[in-house]
Amino acid sequence: MLVSLNWLKQYVDIENQSPEELAELITKTGIEVESIEPIAEQLHDVVVGHVLSCEQHPNADKLNLCQVDVGGETLQIICGAPNIAAGQKVAVAKPGAVLPGNFKIKKAKLRGVESNGMICSLQELGVDEKDIPKEFVDGIFVFQDEVEVGVNAIELLNLDDMIIELGLTPNRADCLSMLGVAYEVAAILDQPFTPQEEIIHPVQEKASDFISVHVEDPDLNPYYGAFIVKDVKIGPSPLWMRNRLIAAGVRPINNVVDITNYVLLEYGQPLHAFDLDRFETDEVVVRRAKEDETITTLDDQKRNLKPDHLVITNGKQPTAIAGVMGGADSEVHEGTSNILLEAAYFQPGAVRTASKDHGLRSEASTRFEKGVDPNRVVRAGVKACELLEQYANGKVLEGVVEFDQLDREPKKVDVTSSHINERLGTTISDEEIADILRRLQFGYEQKGELFTVTVPTRRGDVELFEDMLEEVARIYGYDNLPYTLPGGASQAGGLTLQQQLKRKVKNYLQGAGLDETITYSLTNAERAGQLVSREVKEQAAAPISLAMPMSEEHSHLRLSILPELLASLSYNVARKQTDLAYYELGTVFISEEEQVTVQPKEQLRLSGALTGNWLLHPWQQEKKAVDFFVVKGLVEGMAYLLDLKLTFKQSKLPDMHPGRTADVYLGGKVIGFIGQVHPKLQNDLDLKDTYVFELNAEELFDHYQKEEAFQAIPKYPSISRDIALVVEEQSAAGEIAETILQAGAPLVKDVRIFDVYQGEHLEEGKKSIAFNLFYMDPNRTLKDKEVEDAHEKILTAVKEKHQAELRG
Amino acid sequence: MKDRLQELQSEALEKVKQSEDLKALQDVRVAYLGKKGPITEVLRGMGKLSKEERPVIGQLANDVRESIANAIQTKQDKLEEKAMEKQLEEESIDVTLPGRPVHVGGPHLLTSIIEEIEDLFIGMGFEIKEGPEVETDYYNFEALNLPKGHPARDMQDSFYITEELLLRTHTSPVQARTMKQKDGHEAVRMICPGKVYRRDTDDATHSHQFTQVEGLVVDENIKMSDLKGVLNAFAKQMFGSERDIRLRPSFFPFTEPSVEMDISCKMCGGEGCSVCKGTGWIEILGAGMVHPNVLEMAGYDPEIYSGFAFGMGPERIAMLKYGVDDIRHFYTNDIRFLKQYHKA
Ligand SMILES: [Zn+2]
Repeated sequence: MLVSLNWLKQYVDIENQSPEELAELITKTGIEVESIEPIAEQLHDVVVGHVLSCEQHPNADKLNLCQVDVGGETLQIICGAPNIAAGQKVAVAKPGAVLPGNFKIKKAKLRGVESNGMICSLQELGVDEKDIPKEFVDGIFVFQDEVEVGVNAIELLNLDDMIIELGLTPNRADCLSMLGVAYEVAAILDQPFTPQEEIIHPVQEKASDFISVHVEDPDLNPYYGAFIVKDVKIGPSPLWMRNRLIAAGVRPINNVVDITNYVLLEYGQPLHAFDLDRFETDEVVVRRAKEDETITTLDDQKRNLKPDHLVITNGKQPTAIAGVMGGADSEVHEGTSNILLEAAYFQPGAVRTASKDHGLRSEASTRFEKGVDPNRVVRAGVKACELLEQYANGKVLEGVVEFDQLDREPKKVDVTSSHINERLGTTISDEEIADILRRLQFGYEQKGELFTVTVPTRRGDVELFEDMLEEVARIYGYDNLPYTLPGGASQAGGLTLQQQLKRKVKNYLQGAGLDETITYSLTNAERAGQLVSREVKEQAAAPISLAMPMSEEHSHLRLSILPELLASLSYNVARKQTDLAYYELGTVFISEEEQVTVQPKEQLRLSGALTGNWLLHPWQQEKKAVDFFVVKGLVEGMAYLLDLKLTFKQSKLPDMHPGRTADVYLGGKVIGFIGQVHPKLQNDLDLKDTYVFELNAEELFDHYQKEEAFQAIPKYPSISRDIALVVEEQSAAGEIAETILQAGAPLVKDVRIFDVYQGEHLEEGKKSIAFNLFYMDPNRTLKDKEVEDAHEKILTAVKEKHQAELRG
Repeated sequence: MKDRLQELQSEALEKVKQSEDLKALQDVRVAYLGKKGPITEVLRGMGKLSKEERPVIGQLANDVRESIANAIQTKQDKLEEKAMEKQLEEESIDVTLPGRPVHVGGPHLLTSIIEEIEDLFIGMGFEIKEGPEVETDYYNFEALNLPKGHPARDMQDSFYITEELLLRTHTSPVQARTMKQKDGHEAVRMICPGKVYRRDTDDATHSHQFTQVEGLVVDENIKMSDLKGVLNAFAKQMFGSERDIRLRPSFFPFTEPSVEMDISCKMCGGEGCSVCKGTGWIEILGAGMVHPNVLEMAGYDPEIYSGFAFGMGPERIAMLKYGVDDIRHFYTNDIRFLKQYHKA
């Protein structure tokens, strides 16, 4: 809502505050002021001039040579505007004036003839083109009112105004009107404000002789009032009204349209003027639209209507979409002389549906949608009639023809000062509360500390004790509330175990050199199903899709973090950032249903993606590209940190390298995978070899057992033995190590692989793996014999299970 | 014999002096002190001496031996030290060459901010609560005093999956769920950080996915001044003790009264500048007293219980604190952006 301070001044005394101070006060107590701006740049030396004569320039076809009386002197001015004519009153910038854009007006010679100033267009004076009456857009501005020659044109045109823009929250619809703003500002400044009475002088004829009103759906339209104004003369509206419309960002059109717009701005009540002679019938019927009914609206659009839309009809066909837009057929035009003026209350929901369906958000629909003041509907109609009498030569007919089931009863709210103070933490006295109510112009009856407040209907947002609490608090001033801390039993704040583990894992991965990312949960259909872990795929029927996505790119919920993570790598590689190690801990969305009906399972998953060099230290010739074992090491390190035993089994997954991928198991269950991205996908993303991990973080965290008891450091030395085994080349080293551990139990505590060899001195198709075994008993020193025996058992076991031979 | 010994001594000492390296010195040692050396030889001839002379000469021979040995040792130490100096000299390196790089990863800036907020509120006795990102219409809207058809639903156009399920538009449903969980009689003191989603076209100031941290306190006798006190403590710790706060009226369907909290502008100290659009204040979060309808729907009697709630956007805080100028940076994951904030 744009508020002209010159206009506001007509209601409330704001002379003691600068515009900035006023804006600050309004923001602090009521409504956020989004901007304060002068309507135009500050100008001087622009006066009203009377064009005494206007002749063609001797040396230029398109220029005119004018003699202009500017009060006390006559200036010779050359003007190129097409609409200049002798006899006009115009705005003249005299030499010495500076127009917007630092355009200095000086005496000059144009094609050999002297010119002493400039006749201005409104654009040249700084008015926004969209607000300028159409007839003056392409030429100079011409005063249509009686104005005195030589007076300050800046003031006359209201170009010295300041405009504040209010950012209204949905509850403060009352301030969608200048009267509402006036009440608000008066309360804030503790100034008096009483709106003027509307006064009309009806003629003898009765409106009810010309029109009748029928409302079929009182719920949607509890009040409809029809005024008849005859013999209007369409013409320009008065300068002051046009100034106010321009200040509010509304383009002046003609007196009738301007008057309805003006009343809308002043009262917050939208009105609609029909051309009575083009209305075709003598009855107004308000009803729901019929299926397949159409209307051509003012903007010449043919619109299809539905029974959800409330329409005004002439008993035959729709003449307006209620509260949204009028029809073209009954529009007021140049030749209109008799007017049917509608003042109505439409139910907010009905207007919202229609304005949404037709994509029509107007000043009118915005106000109806938020609810207008039921006690201002008729008054606004009367006000428009008053203005039509004064400025359009209108004859207002006796009476308003109405359908009326509107509830105009103000709400009553009980509050006590002790309840208010309890909730605010203040010690506001009864007197102060009474004073606040007086400033707000809320009626009340007081019995001791109990106030029964009668809330004016303009404040439809105030219904509950809490609403009154807000009214008292904001006028009292939030700055005046004390600072306290909540009492009551204190509670130990803290992180849950899972929250702690999240942080622990993040810190680990970051310490290991990975950067955390946050990618979008919404992805495209293809990526949503890509790089999904085996167990997730088994549970999820399909990736969940949005009912109405904004774009294909963000249409489905992810089942894996990896696709978006790889896209991030790709983005960076395209920007010459080639060595990357990323991880993300985030949610994936698993629905067991093809057609989702219940909330999906949300699973916390941990993913990583690494590409380029893992180590790069050129001058010492150290360089290592990331590989499978880098990623496996990272995952194993994390398992160590969480005290979990993970196992890895060769696996084949779509979009993963068939020979370099492993499912990750925890306690016999697959919880994710690691490996290299399939070279085809790598190519598509312009990535070099890229390795990833994708794990169910919830499983990791659930299996974590916090090590509570201290474990003694072993007192007895361990004995180390090496063995090299020759096996088939496709044998899995991890499985052999597992066999060794089992066969060597309980003495073998650890097995480490320290060499893998293939080639010379070995049979084709064989490989040799060297293991380092650690034997230990925490309670005593082992005897050689025991170690020998265990060793024998191990050799037997690996031979049996893996056909492993001791390398000679 | 005495002369011979003294002659040997000066001869040997001279040779020690002339020895340039350990090998030469060793040769001197062997030549003079060895079993076949001249001093041994002299001592062998002692039998010819008188009883009186024998100890004298013996003593002298020992002295000579000792003095030669000492000289050799001293010289040896010197030579060894020199040799080591030489070796160390040769081992010297260019200390200005770069070290072997250690990978340093880091948290995402939003995580840093969220964890900082979490830690501040944990310090004030708050729990951290989480909830689903795909929410029911009930918890996302209805339980928060936004019944179907409520105009404020327009304010946050949402991503629906079905008529009843949508991507949550705020983390407030976690508050509603927490209150339900506590069954209408236990006190609540929690914050809920998380991702939220709205139908916005991504641009410099809008993102269809962003994060929120909301908080809720419900108990008997919670006052609006408590809200002011808690938020003031938070703002001072998060943004600096010299920053002031102010509350001003606003509107949220789930709180009444509703306020917006501003902090004084750091750039201009409240004088007004381009950062604060001339007002001296910067909007940080929305808050208010929990609406009685919300309390009631969660099973709390609004006559006995009251509470306050607040919500803020980590993106906005990051943009203010670190001057990030485009919200899309948070989700593009440009390594150059991520690395900048490791030290944040
Ligand atoms: Zn500032």
